[in-house]
Amino acid sequence: MRAAYRYIRRNPSLALGIALLAALALFVMIGSLVVDTENARPLSVPALRPPSAEYPFGTDRQGRDLFAVMVTGTPLTLRIGFIAGFIGVGLGTVLAFVAAYYRGLTDTAIRGVADIGLTVPGLLVLIIIAVSIKGSLTVNQMAIIIASLAWLYPTRTIRAQVLSLRERGYVEVAQLSGMSGPGIIFFELLPNLLPYLAATLVNAVSSAILASIGLEVLGLGPIDSPTLGMTLYWVNFNAAMINGWWWWWTAPTVIILTVFLGLFFLTVGLDELANPRLRRSA
Amino acid sequence: MQPTYIARRFGIFLLIVWLAATLNFFLPRLSGQDPVRAKLLEQAALGGYVQGGIEEMTREYERRFGLDQPLWRQYLTYLHDVSRLDFNYSIANYPRTVNELIADAVPWTIGLLGTTTLLSFGIGTLLGALLAWPRAPPWMRWLMPPLWALHAIPFFLLGLILTYLLAFQLPLLPIFGGYSAGAVPALNWHFAWDVFQHALLPALSIILVATGGWALGMRGMMVTTMGEDYVLFAEAKGLRASTVFLRYCVRNAVLPQVTALALALGQILSGAVLVEVIFGYPGIGTLLYQAIRENDHFVIQGIVFTVIVALGFTTFVLDVIYPWLDPRISDRRA
Repeated sequence: MRAAYRYIRRNPSLALGIALLAALALFVMIGSLVVDTENARPLSVPALRPPSAEYPFGTDRQGRDLFAVMVTGTPLTLRIGFIAGFIGVGLGTVLAFVAAYYRGLTDTAIRGVADIGLTVPGLLVLIIIAVSIKGSLTVNQMAIIIASLAWLYPTRTIRAQVLSLRERGYVEVAQLSGMSGPGIIFFELLPNLLPYLAATLVNAVSSAILASIGLEVLGLGPIDSPTLGMTLYWVNFNAAMINGWWWWWTAPTVIILTVFLGLFFLTVGLDELANPRLRRSA
Repeated sequence: MQPTYIARRFGIFLLIVWLAATLNFFLPRLSGQDPVRAKLLEQAALGGYVQGGIEEMTREYERRFGLDQPLWRQYLTYLHDVSRLDFNYSIANYPRTVNELIADAVPWTIGLLGTTTLLSFGIGTLLGALLAWPRAPPWMRWLMPPLWALHAIPFFLLGLILTYLLAFQLPLLPIFGGYSAGAVPALNWHFAWDVFQHALLPALSIILVATGGWALGMRGMMVTTMGEDYVLFAEAKGLRASTVFLRYCVRNAVLPQVTALALALGQILSGAVLVEVIFGYPGIGTLLYQAIRENDHFVIQGIVFTVIVALGFTTFVLDVIYPWLDPRISDRRA
C-alpha cells in the first residue's frame, strides 16, 4: 500500500488519470442515488429549463432531465468503450502472439490484414456497417460493431512487442529446457507484457469511445438510449448552440472531456510504468 | 528504384480498392435490405393509401436496375461501374449524380483540412523541437501540459466550446456554414474574406488539438537525436548552438514527422467529418451526415469509396517516394 502510494507520487500522470476517472465514477454512483433515472426518458419533465435547484443540469427540448441523462448515459458510453476495447485487445493479443511466436505464413497473413485494415479510415467502415444494419441499434450492438475494427491496432503494436521479447535470453533458456510454445507464451511472454497490455487496453477503450461518439453524433447510434454521444446528436439536431440552450451541451461536453483526459493521463502513466526508460526523458 | 517494388506497392493499392468496393457491395446486401421496395412503400405511405401493384412495380424496377440478375452478375456490373468511378444518382437529390455532389464538397474539405494540417505540422514541429532544446526560453516549459491536455480532446468537442466562446458569447466570428447565407459564390475579395471568416473557427479547433500531437512526436524524436554521439561531437567542435540545433538535431529528428505528415495528408478527406458536422461546413463530412439522415445509400457508398481510394493512392505514392526522402531506407529491404 505504502509502496503504491510512493510510486503514485513519482508518477503524477497516473494519479491524475485515476483521480479524474474516480471522480466520474463517484458522480455516477452518487447521482444514481439522488436522481430518478426514469427522468432520462423523453417527456418526463418540463422541456428546456435552464439549471435550477430542481434540475441542476437543466432539461432538454424533449423533456429529459439532463442530470438523469448524464447519470444513465455515462455508464452506457463507458460500457461501449469497455466491451469494444476488451474484445479488441483480447483478439489482438491472441493474433499478435500467434503471429509473432510462430512466424511464417500465419504471420504474413495476420500482419497483412492488420496493415491493410489500418490504412482504411475506421469511422467510414463503421458507418457503412451501421448503415447496413436494419433498424435502430442497441448499445451492445454498437460495441460489437466498433470491436470489429478495434483489434487492428493492438494486433500490430503487440506483435512488435512480442517480436522484441522473444529474442531475450530467458525465452531461449525456456526453449532449451523443453518448454512448449503455449507454455512460453503464457508463463514467460505474457507476464512481461502485462503493463504494456494495460496501456494498450486503455488506449483501445479511449478510441472505441471516440468512435462510438462519432457514430452517434452522425445519427447512427442507439436512438432510444441516452448515451453521451446521442445527447450531442440531439444538441446538434435541435441547433441548441444557436438557440442559446447552453446547459444542454455543457453537461455532456464536461463529462466527455473528463473521460478522455482521464483515459489519456492513465495511458501516459501506464506507459511510464511499462517502459521505465521514458522516465529519463520526461 | 526497382520496378518489382513499385509493382508490389501498386498491387496493394489495387487490393485496397477492390476490398473497399467489395465491402460496399456486400455489406448492405448481407443485411437483407431491399432499397427499391422500401422506397416504394415509403412513397405509398406518403400518398396515404396502399397501392395494389407494389409487388409488380418492385419487380419492374428491379429488372430495370438489374437487381433480378444473379448476385455474381450484379457484383461484376458493380465493379465495372466503380472502376469508371460511376456511383449512380443521389436518391435524395435526384437528378444530381453522386459524383457531382462529391466534387462540390471536396474543395471545401481539402481547403480547410489541407491548410490546418500544414499549419499544425509547422507550428507543432517547431514547438516540439524547442521544447526538447535545453537552451529554449524557460517559459516554453509551461506550454507542455496544456498542449498535452488539448491533444487528448476530440476536435469537435473543442469546436463546440470555441463556438460558444467566440461566436455566441463574443460574437466575433460566424457560427455556422462555409459562407454567409446571402453570399453568391464568386471569385472576388469580398467572398474570399467571407469564406475565410467562416473557416476560422473550425480551423482553430483543429489546429489547437493537432499541434499538440505534432509537438509531442517531435519532442520525443529530438530527445533521442540529442543523445547521439555526433551531436556531442558537433558541440565539442564548438559549432554555434543554432547550427547544432538546426543542422544536426532538427534535420535528423524531422524525418519521421514528414512521414506522419504525408499519412495525415492522406487522411484529409475523412479527418474532420465531425468538425464539419458541428460547424455545418459544406465539405465531405456534412455531405455524409446529410446522406445518412436521408438514407441516401449511393452517396454514402460513393463517399466511403472515394475516401478509401484517395487514401490508398496517397499511401502508394508515399511508399514510392519515401526511399528518396530518407536514404537510410533502401527499397530492396522494404
